[in-house]
Amino acid sequence: MAEEAAVGCARPTGGPVGEENQNETLQSQETLKEERSMIKVGQKAPDFIAPGYHKGAFVNVKLSDYLGKWVLLCFYPGDFTFV
Amino acid sequence: MSIDSMFVHKMWNDHELEHMVKGGIPYPMLSDAGGKVGTVYGVYDENAGVEARGRFIIDPDGVVQGYEVLTPPVGRNVNETFRQLQAFQLVRETKGGEATPSGWRPGKKTLKPGINLVGKVWKEWKTTDAFD
Repeated sequence: MAEEAAVGCARPTGGPVGEENQNETLQSQETLKEERSMIKVGQKAPDFIAPGYHKGAFVNVKLSDYLGKWVLLCFYPGDFTFV
Repeated sequence: MSIDSMFVHKMWNDHELEHMVKGGIPYPMLSDAGGKVGTVYGVYDENAGVEARGRFIIDPDGVVQGYEVLTPPVGRNVNETFRQLQAFQLVRETKGGEATPSGWRPGKKTLKPGINLVGKVWKEWKTTDAFD
């Protein structure tokens, strides 16, 4: 039976339930150690291309196309979150 | 940027944000499905499958000058972001000749780092200057 869920500012997600696959857990913990480092101030911002929506059109945006301008890059948990 | 698709971005803009911002959101709303960009920037939470409220100031050379990361329930302070942006712009314009002390905002006094300022900051800057 589906239960009614509380609605907060974090986007709710699910995932697999039951016994964990031991190998997968070990592996993901190892990769986490390597990848989980914050980027540093004073260093180059990692370049990326991302699809998006801009003033009535779907666009592709490449960060390095903005060289020569100041950029504010903002991440947020999800559309329709409240804050 | 969020993990939502550009289609959902359009719906959010058209059905909600346009009621708050006349003409809709003026800048690109980017999609980071899978959180690949967010992972590189250190703001993607694999367990929740979403990105934290990360904000990065990137200068015209593509260098990250500052960032702030908040958990989902607390919103940002846009004035503070603009204040920092103006401070970084001033430092860049003066080629590092001027620095902005704690509490600086446009119009307030800057400091000129150099041998004559060593041990003399107390003459140039008061703790009350740290506050608005």
